Amino acid sequence: MIELPVPDRTVLARRDEILAALRAIVPAGARGEGVIGDPIRLKPYETDGLSAYRQPPLAVVLPETTEQVAAVLRYCHANNIRIVPRGAGTSLSGGALPLEDGVVIGLMRMNRILEVDYADRLAVVQAGVTNIGITQAVAADGFFYAPDPSSQLACMIGGNVMMNSGGAHCLKYGVTANNLLGVKLVTIEGEVIELGGGHLDAAGYDWLGLITGSEGQLGIVTEVTVRILRAAEGARAMLGAFRSNEVAGQVVDAIIASGIIPVALEFMDRPAIHACEAFANAGYPLDAEAMLIIEVEGNEEEQSYLLSQLKEICARFDPISLRVAETAEESIAIWKGRKGAFGAVGRISPDYLCMDGTIPTGELPNVLKRMGEMSDAYGLKVANIFHAGDGNLHPLIMFDANDPESFAKAEAFGADILKLCVEVGGCLTGEHGVGVEKRDLMPVQFLAHELEQQRRVKSAFDPQWLLNPAKVFPLAGNPALSPKVAA
Amino acid sequence: MSGLLAPADEAGVVEAVRAAVADHAPLAVEGHGTKRGMLRPVQAARGLSTRGLRGITLYRPAEMVLAARAGTPVPEIEAALAEHGQMLIGEPPDFSGLFGTEEPATLGGIVATNLTGPRRIFATGATRDQVLGIRAVTGHAEVVRSGGRVHKDVTGLDLRKLLAGSHGTLGVLTEITLKVLPRAGGSLTLAVAVESLERGVAALSAGLGSPFGVSGAAVLPEGDVGNGLAGPVALLRLEDVAAFLPHRSGALRGVLGTFGEVKVVEGEASVALWRAIRDALPLGAIGAEEAVWRLSVRPTLGPKVAAVLKAAFPVRLMLDWGGGLVWAAGPGTAEAHAAVMRAAREAGGTFTLFRGPDALRASVAVLPEEPAPLAAIAARVKAAMDPAGVLNPGRMRAGG
Repeated sequence: MIELPVPDRTVLARRDEILAALRAIVPAGARGEGVIGDPIRLKPYETDGLSAYRQPPLAVVLPETTEQVAAVLRYCHANNIRIVPRGAGTSLSGGALPLEDGVVIGLMRMNRILEVDYADRLAVVQAGVTNIGITQAVAADGFFYAPDPSSQLACMIGGNVMMNSGGAHCLKYGVTANNLLGVKLVTIEGEVIELGGGHLDAAGYDWLGLITGSEGQLGIVTEVTVRILRAAEGARAMLGAFRSNEVAGQVVDAIIASGIIPVALEFMDRPAIHACEAFANAGYPLDAEAMLIIEVEGNEEEQSYLLSQLKEICARFDPISLRVAETAEESIAIWKGRKGAFGAVGRISPDYLCMDGTIPTGELPNVLKRMGEMSDAYGLKVANIFHAGDGNLHPLIMFDANDPESFAKAEAFGADILKLCVEVGGCLTGEHGVGVEKRDLMPVQFLAHELEQQRRVKSAFDPQWLLNPAKVFPLAGNPALSPKVAA
Repeated sequence: MSGLLAPADEAGVVEAVRAAVADHAPLAVEGHGTKRGMLRPVQAARGLSTRGLRGITLYRPAEMVLAARAGTPVPEIEAALAEHGQMLIGEPPDFSGLFGTEEPATLGGIVATNLTGPRRIFATGATRDQVLGIRAVTGHAEVVRSGGRVHKDVTGLDLRKLLAGSHGTLGVLTEITLKVLPRAGGSLTLAVAVESLERGVAALSAGLGSPFGVSGAAVLPEGDVGNGLAGPVALLRLEDVAAFLPHRSGALRGVLGTFGEVKVVEGEASVALWRAIRDALPLGAIGAEEAVWRLSVRPTLGPKVAAVLKAAFPVRLMLDWGGGLVWAAGPGTAEAHAAVMRAAREAGGTFTLFRGPDALRASVAVLPEEPAPLAAIAARVKAAMDPAGVLNPGRMRAGG
């Protein structure tokens, strides 16, 4: 189980007073109460996408303006109260897991799109706008917001900034950091700072780059300026089925070496193919050991040109089958199984952990082989679905949450996979963040003095460690937080 | 300065920083020193160059990853990539013309200044966006790694981004791992004769808002004599599979036709044109008493910034990055600099005194002032990375 800091008894004892003070800052309005303190109504906030861990917070505040966020932070700072920011609560790493003595600041009511400018190709939105909401606002004019995490229907742009979220199409379009122009940041002291804006590049330090992916450690983002891009003329996918993971890995290498950068290059192993096919009836090849979904963009002729080249490359590797979509509908069918992957695995296993390491793409066959050996040793099944072009793995470890031993084994298996990722030259997390989930694995990737350097930078923004403490950094290294085991 | 240290390896850099801390003798950190004339003059006891840290340490074309020591000259890296049909995404500029220096820029220098050429308009175009991993020696005389050699890594605080563009004030970069890309099979430029800078930027916006993959978008107010283009001219570059270019240029021409007559610049002439824009050569020769500024604003505000500057002093201009990057050359006076600061502020953007007479560089804010709460954080971050203040003191701001 994960350790959380010992709650501050003096803060717990002042609960009523704190709720009253917060209600004065964020009063009830047309959208309901601004502060939640009732234990039953706090229930939905006790966990996030990493539902194995639960901890009700002291209170949840639902501000509607940057000024309210600033006032809440000013109050918490003055009163030494810990803060946990939350968007849609879709974090798979427990980034929004509350603290018993902490106030959750939920940004879901800050969901307005403030500006869309096609000439400058940007949109200014509040932190609680969903990822898909940005694309929906500009799609009719042929534009889109590029990063597309699987949770894009629910996840919010503020959370995307905090986790530097990626998605299936970042091989071509980059991750959140690459598509961000500016943020409005509220510091722990309650100061509002504009970083970036409509222009490119900072003249001084790249604060925007540092804030992106900082998991709520440095401040709270209330407004975001993103790039919007003109969509390609069209896109089409193909599917290649291969006899082994090794061969599919070689195909990925051969595609990149050819100079073609597909807009997406997704890999599924045999267990994933079977799970998805049973769920979606997408016509996936059940006799294959590994499958690639490759998508290209352009007009009809360009798509055909690229797909014929990709088909030729695949053909060199003795494929079991190759299926090139002839129409947009056929592309959708190819994607259907992949997009439903999480639901599909959820149907064959009561619970699963979605891991998120990155490896050098050349290590793919080796890593999949060793993961298979671990799967046998732990007696737990694993399905692999990942962004092959950039080496970002998403092993889904299946277990039964009603069996504590099964969960403990799944966690240990997951940790072993991430250690393997680091061992072969990769990292602990490609796009889900460290959160609480990978916090205690940080020493696997970083040396003690490197973690200390990161902590010093965190302290420069948040000297008292009030902002989302207990995440990202192992508790032991921070004297401000003594651990307790989560109830 | 009493000499230049040029250690042969990373351990030597650690040693140099340790000695600087022990002796209270700050270091002027550089690669080949090609951008020594940028920002403020550094007041330091010793120079520390990374020129001894040289060589490509890892290159995996099929993984689109290259790592090199910080002192590796950029052309050496570009040549190695070209052998495999690949390129540096950010088109790092060569400012030897602008600064009148001899040696080529080093990789460490390009990353430490986060300088990017015309391809910056792509989402992954910025030099800092291509930095997958960094090794740096901090002011604690410790080697710190951030990121690594994989394409997606969000583990821990992103010190890569903090170090890239910190001008050697937070750490001495020793090795950098970059994402690289295959080079496009073909490229060409559409040149639109426009009646004003406003119309020029509008043409760029139309092109960048089209689905045809514009990879360079600049306006030259005076045109380009070499290619017979009268000014102002809006330039839009396409880079893609050679077989795609006829369709794309035809379609893009359709988008641009309403802005003015469209000419096509192809082959080596197109490549040379963008190299010149990358290196700010259209500004012409820079006199010793002149200054060069870079302003970054919302693209459609570029022409307004240009107008403010024109009204204030005799200025030579060039617009890149869709209109948002305004290059300006003019008299290196405090009055001209004040006009640049005002123009950037009014447009909600930033500015950099890129080159200027030493007296000007030492006496003005060469970057926008940060608001007080951010300046306080900046001071604490500087102390967190370089507590003794030995790395490039005064490079970015007086007293910092």
